Amino acid sequence: MSGAAPYDVTARRLDFPILGRSVHGQPLVYLDNAASSQHPRQVIDAVGHFYEHSYSNIHRGVHLLSQEATLAYETGRLAARGLLNAACSHEVVFTSGATASINLVAQSYARPRLKAGDEILITHMEHHSNIVPWQMVCEQTGAVLKVVPINDSGELEMDAFEQLLNERTRLVSVVHVSNALGTVNPVERIVELAHEQGVPVLLDGAQAVPHLPVDVQALDCDFYVFSGHKIYGPTGIGVLYGKEALLNAMPPYQGGGDMILSVSFKGTTYNNLPYKFEAGTPNIAGAVGLGAAIEYVQSIGLDAIAAHEHELLRYATERLKEIKGLRIVGEAANKAGLISFVLDRVHPHDIGTILDSQGIAIRTGHHCAQPVMERYGVPATARASFALYNTRNEVDALVEGIRKVIGMFE
Amino acid sequence: MENLRDLYQEVILDHNRNPRNFRKMEKPDGFAHGNNPLCGDQIDIYLKIRDGIVEDVSFDGMGCAICTASASMMTLALKRKTEQEATALFESFHHCLTEDEPHPEDVPLGKLEVLAGVKEYPVRVKCATLAWHTFLAALKHRQDSISTE
Repeated sequence: MSGAAPYDVTARRLDFPILGRSVHGQPLVYLDNAASSQHPRQVIDAVGHFYEHSYSNIHRGVHLLSQEATLAYETGRLAARGLLNAACSHEVVFTSGATASINLVAQSYARPRLKAGDEILITHMEHHSNIVPWQMVCEQTGAVLKVVPINDSGELEMDAFEQLLNERTRLVSVVHVSNALGTVNPVERIVELAHEQGVPVLLDGAQAVPHLPVDVQALDCDFYVFSGHKIYGPTGIGVLYGKEALLNAMPPYQGGGDMILSVSFKGTTYNNLPYKFEAGTPNIAGAVGLGAAIEYVQSIGLDAIAAHEHELLRYATERLKEIKGLRIVGEAANKAGLISFVLDRVHPHDIGTILDSQGIAIRTGHHCAQPVMERYGVPATARASFALYNTRNEVDALVEGIRKVIGMFE
Repeated sequence: MENLRDLYQEVILDHNRNPRNFRKMEKPDGFAHGNNPLCGDQIDIYLKIRDGIVEDVSFDGMGCAICTASASMMTLALKRKTEQEATALFESFHHCLTEDEPHPEDVPLGKLEVLAGVKEYPVRVKCATLAWHTFLAALKHRQDSISTE
C-alpha cells in the first residue's frame, strides 16, 4: 500500500497570485484567512473567462449567452451540492453569504412559527451574524433567545445544552467552527439531541467548509450555511442548504423576479425550489467563482487540507506557547486552523500594526463575537488563521514578529 | 519596522505604561463613556470645570497604546484651558492627524505633536481621537445637564 502523495504547499502557493506580493517591503504573510481567504488563479480565471465569454442574465433569454450563463450558474450550484453532499441541488439556495442565509431562515422559517414564550437556542460562541437575526425575530414574535454557555477552554457545555433544550425550543442554531476560538463543535451530537426533542438545527459552517469535509446528510442537520469568500471564492455569494420539506414549507423571503412562476394583480404563483428564494438577478459571476473555488478545493482534497492545517495549528500552538506573556484564548481539544491570543501589556491593535509593518496580516479586534471577548475578560484578541497555502516558515515569521512586538513594549 | 518608531515613540510608550490622570473622579461635573466598537477600546472621561475653565480631567478604561497615550497626554494638555481653548485644541489636533496642510486658525499642539505620526496609519486615527471625542461628549453632557436645571 502506498501512502498519499506528500502535501505540496509550494505548488499550492503558486496558485495564489497575491501571495507573490510584498507588504511594506516584506514578503506577505497572510494569516487573516478566517476573515477572508485569498483566491487561486483557477477562481480568478473562471470569473474572468465567464465575463469575457458567457456573461448574460440567467433563466431568461432564449439566446445562447443566457443559456451559457444559466449553465455556468447552475454548475456552481452543483459544486456546492457536492461540497455539502446535499441530496439534491434544489436544496442549495444561493444567497449573498452566511449572514443572508441565517436571516432568511430567521424570517422565513422561524418568524411565522414563533409565538411568545417560544425559545431559540444558540451558544455563547456565536458570531454576531448568528445572534442578531435571532434577536430580531425574538423581538418580532415575543420568543426568547437562550444561550448555551462555554467553558474556560472554549468548548460548549453540553450538559447545559441538554438542559436548555426543552419543549419550548423551536430551533437550535450553532456555529460548526468558532471564528473567534477555533473550536470545532460536536455538531453530530447537537443534531441528535435536538432531533430527539423534534427540534430542527441550523449549522453555521462559514469557518468549517474551508477546513473540513462536511456531509449534511450524514449530519442530518436541517439547515447549513456558508460564505463563498472564506473558501477561496468571491464575496457576495453564499449558500443556504435546507432540507427540501422545510424549504418547501417556507414562504419566500423576498419578492421579485425569478422567484415566481406567474404574476398577475390577482395573485402570484411562486417558483419552485431553489428559485423561490432567489428573487432578483443573483450574483451570477459569484456563483461561477464559488463553483471554481469548490472544484479547486476538492482537487486538493479536504482531508489533505485539514491535515496540513492541523499540523500548522499544532506547530503554531507549540511555538506561540514558548512566548512568555502570551495567552491563547480558546484551547478546545478539537480545533480548526486558527489561534486567538493576547499579550500581557500589549493591546491587540498594537500587535496588529507592528506585525503589519513586517508584512504579517492578522486580525485584531472582537471578531464580531463580543460575547466571546466578554466571556474571557478581554477587550479584543489577535487572531492568526490558516489556509491551505500557509507554511511553517510563516508561523516562524509570526513568532519572530510577536517577539519584536514584545521587544518594542519592554 | 523603522517607520514604526514614528508611531511608537518613547514618549507614547511611556504614557501607555504610566498613564497620567488615570483614575476615576468623585462627583465630576462632566462624564462620558467612549467606545470604539470595532476594536473594543473603552474610555471613561471625568471632568471638573470651574468658571468655564477645565480644572481637572481624568480617564479610566482599556485601549491600545495609541488610545491610552493620547488620553493621558490629552488630560495634561487640557488642564486650565477654557472650553473654547479646549475645543480649538481638539480641532487642531484632529487636523494634524487627518489633513496634509494646517488650517489658518490652528493653535500650537505643544507636546501633542508627538502623536502626529498616527497620520501615516489612517486606521489608527480613531484610536488617537477616542479620548478627545469622549471629552467633548463629557463637556456637552455637562452643558446639557445644566440646561435642564
